Amino acid sequence: MAPPNVSPSGPPLLELRGITKRFPGVVANDGIDLDLRVGEVHALLGENGAGKSTLMNVLYGLYHPDEGSILVRGEPLRLRSPRDAIEAGIGMVHQHFQLIPVLTVAENIVLAEEPHRGPLMDLRSADRQVAELSSRYGLTVDPRQRVEEASVGQQQRAEILKALYRQAEVLILDEPTAVLSPQETEELFTVLRGLREDGRGIIFISHKLTEVLELADRITVLRRGRRVATMPREGATRESLAELMVGRHVDLSGTRRPTRNIGRPVLEIAGLDVDDDRGLPAVRDLAVSVRAGEVVAVAGVDGNGQTELVQAITGLRRPAAGRIALAGRDISRASPRQALRAGIGHIPEDRHRHGLVLEFSIAENVVIEDHFGPPVATGGWMHPRAMVDRAARLIKAFDVRGGSPETQAGALSGGNQQKLVCAREMDRSPALVIAAQPTRGLDIGAVEFVHDRLIAQRDAGGAVLLVSFELDEVLELADRILVMYEGRIALERPGDGATREELGLAMTGSLAAEPAPA
Amino acid sequence: MRAAIARAARAARFPAIAVVLAFVVGGLVVLLTGNNPFSVYKQLILGAGLDYPFHWLPGNPLGVDPDIAKFNLVATIVATTPLILAGLCVAFAFRAGLFNIGGTGQFWVGGVTAFVIADRLSGLPGPLLILLAIAGAALGGAVWGAIPGYFKAARGAHEVISTIMLNWVAVYLGQYLFGLDGPLKGPTENPISVDIPDRAKLPGIWGDVQPVHAGIFVALGAAVAFSLIFRRTAFGYDVRAVGFNPEAARAGGVRVGRIIVLAMAVSGLFAGLAGGGEVLGVNYHIASNEFAPLQIGFVGIAVALLGRNTAIGCVLAAFLFGALQSGSNQLQGAFASDLAVPLSQTVQGVIVLLVSAELIGRKLTTRRVARRPAERLPDEGQAPAAP
Repeated sequence: MAPPNVSPSGPPLLELRGITKRFPGVVANDGIDLDLRVGEVHALLGENGAGKSTLMNVLYGLYHPDEGSILVRGEPLRLRSPRDAIEAGIGMVHQHFQLIPVLTVAENIVLAEEPHRGPLMDLRSADRQVAELSSRYGLTVDPRQRVEEASVGQQQRAEILKALYRQAEVLILDEPTAVLSPQETEELFTVLRGLREDGRGIIFISHKLTEVLELADRITVLRRGRRVATMPREGATRESLAELMVGRHVDLSGTRRPTRNIGRPVLEIAGLDVDDDRGLPAVRDLAVSVRAGEVVAVAGVDGNGQTELVQAITGLRRPAAGRIALAGRDISRASPRQALRAGIGHIPEDRHRHGLVLEFSIAENVVIEDHFGPPVATGGWMHPRAMVDRAARLIKAFDVRGGSPETQAGALSGGNQQKLVCAREMDRSPALVIAAQPTRGLDIGAVEFVHDRLIAQRDAGGAVLLVSFELDEVLELADRILVMYEGRIALERPGDGATREELGLAMTGSLAAEPAPA
Repeated sequence: MRAAIARAARAARFPAIAVVLAFVVGGLVVLLTGNNPFSVYKQLILGAGLDYPFHWLPGNPLGVDPDIAKFNLVATIVATTPLILAGLCVAFAFRAGLFNIGGTGQFWVGGVTAFVIADRLSGLPGPLLILLAIAGAALGGAVWGAIPGYFKAARGAHEVISTIMLNWVAVYLGQYLFGLDGPLKGPTENPISVDIPDRAKLPGIWGDVQPVHAGIFVALGAAVAFSLIFRRTAFGYDVRAVGFNPEAARAGGVRVGRIIVLAMAVSGLFAGLAGGGEVLGVNYHIASNEFAPLQIGFVGIAVALLGRNTAIGCVLAAFLFGALQSGSNQLQGAFASDLAVPLSQTVQGVIVLLVSAELIGRKLTTRRVARRPAERLPDEGQAPAAP
């Protein structure tokens, strides 16, 4: 059902007809139809590689479709560049903001269309116009603040304002909630609802089913470059959408599988201080313990010290102070190799940067931690057969698709790369698995798989430390939840005793730290 | 086997094109000087002795003079020997993601060490003396390479800067040692050392005046070792991992700092062997005016680039550059002698330009794919030093 103030009979605000875009060896978009009505939020759902980004890049003039046409209010439109798209009233908020950090919010918003007085840019008028827009749509920003000093939420609002300043009638938002806390997400949704009332059309790209169901009027699902369904929100369920996205039944129950058997402490951290790359404190006086047979999740918005915490435990970063002990042994000054050998399995946040050597084969990647000793090598001399055998076994056990042991790791899809990292790290039966953002960018099937493996690891008596920015993931997996804010634990809750609201508040620092319940 | 050949052919394709294009450009230069490029190139080939094998054809239909051809081919192989090692030096560092421009300094430290051992321990029996002198050359080069490696690992100092600086240190040190007041100058008026004793000289293998010496075995052996290290050893695995992705290597437990130091040491070791071979096998003495900061190390870069950082590639590329060098020495007849050396340098320069342009192009395109946009700056070079 369309919102009440819109006549369903008028021409659609925007229409894509039969868009086909081919790349060598792939049809990224295969005859996709999509229409956007005035005053509508239209969600675009799909797994990685389903063709969402390609379609939006076509719509924004970055790619030229091989077939198909684009109509704005019934008029055919030819887009040669983003400039044409902007002139046609299409605005895009990219996942990675396109802002200039050293300029103010207002300067960024008016960029390329600055108001001027004579030859000079009229900054005062820019500030005023931005302030007006900002208050009209409830997009709170400080026009004179420099972007690099603005929070992520403010930067996103600046991006939206930039599009509105350029009179965008169609707003494309690419995974806008990925960087936001739950409260910021709610604020964003309020703004988007206001824009809908105002008669604009919004294309909302996401893979979070709950959000899509909360916000969208209609939902289009893409799978492997094709449109598989367009439907009104009414009647859609998470299960039905997931099934459309993946093409098979998916268990989304998100049932918590609480631990049954908690053992002795495996990881004990006390008084930990860690500095970031700039030498500023990132983790402060932190205490954490993870016991055998439990999943402890560290929730929080990106950039609150989680990265530095994980690096300190894995030996990648020297703590400034404090003690980290693994099974009673102090590893606070261990090298990465010593930390690994002490019994840590590390699924790093950025698998490209830390997880895999993409130029290496799968076989070479699975031995990176023990390639110098038996059974992979004797006296520094490597046995390729041992490598290949292990790789073949792990490929099978972890269902890594798209490669043999000799395949370059870089040739695998993201999900399979992540499975490969998980396989390598869990194969050693480490006492502690640290999984940092283990499902970022993975599609539903792979997410399920990784989650199952983490739980299996725990049920086998391992300790698991999960760092995640996704509350759903935290709530599903954790036996205990810690919220990290500005380098400290702002909240601790048992896995089944936490509400989204209090977690969200703690993530933004709006909740005073309180002593953990016993 | 077939796959390996196909791979080799793919790898060799671009370098081969680069070489052909470079000769075309060189030919145009010859044309500009008013000479016939074909006769100049023919002269170059004959001057390098590349016609030698044809005298074995029944009846010698090309009319090759086996003595002259042999003499020229021997000169080519003698010139090739240090170039193989210089190429391996640069290639080894490249594999670790390091750019060792310090080949010249490492060459000279190796050469001087070999000279000092040969000169001062001349009482030892010949074979032992030679082995010691070669080992000294290797060690000297390795130490001179390891120093910038340590600076990089411990402090993040860029190896390009520190290797260039160490080139100058080695050059000035050499100029002093063999200079007029230097401790290693010989008894004559000239800033030249004495000759090493005969028993320390590398035995000649082929040829008379300036024969191919045993150093060629050292160079070829080094190439085999290079290849084995990367094919089969844990050390080679470490070096490649560090070269491809030091951060993933570190996260995977590879001791990156230590590998950087070792890789630079091995790299320098190859250059040191080259220096030792020249002193023990070709010159037998060292003159103060030989010390110059560029030359051998830079040709090594060209060899490694053209040879794609592989052992066999370095051997082939070194032979090509060796032939150019010795062939252009014989060009006087067909081509003004003051133009002969610039011609071969032009060809070398164009080869390097083309090969590096291709490499840079490839690097740019792969980086665009592999890197993520929202990447934070890594704490690069802060790898902990070896304990």
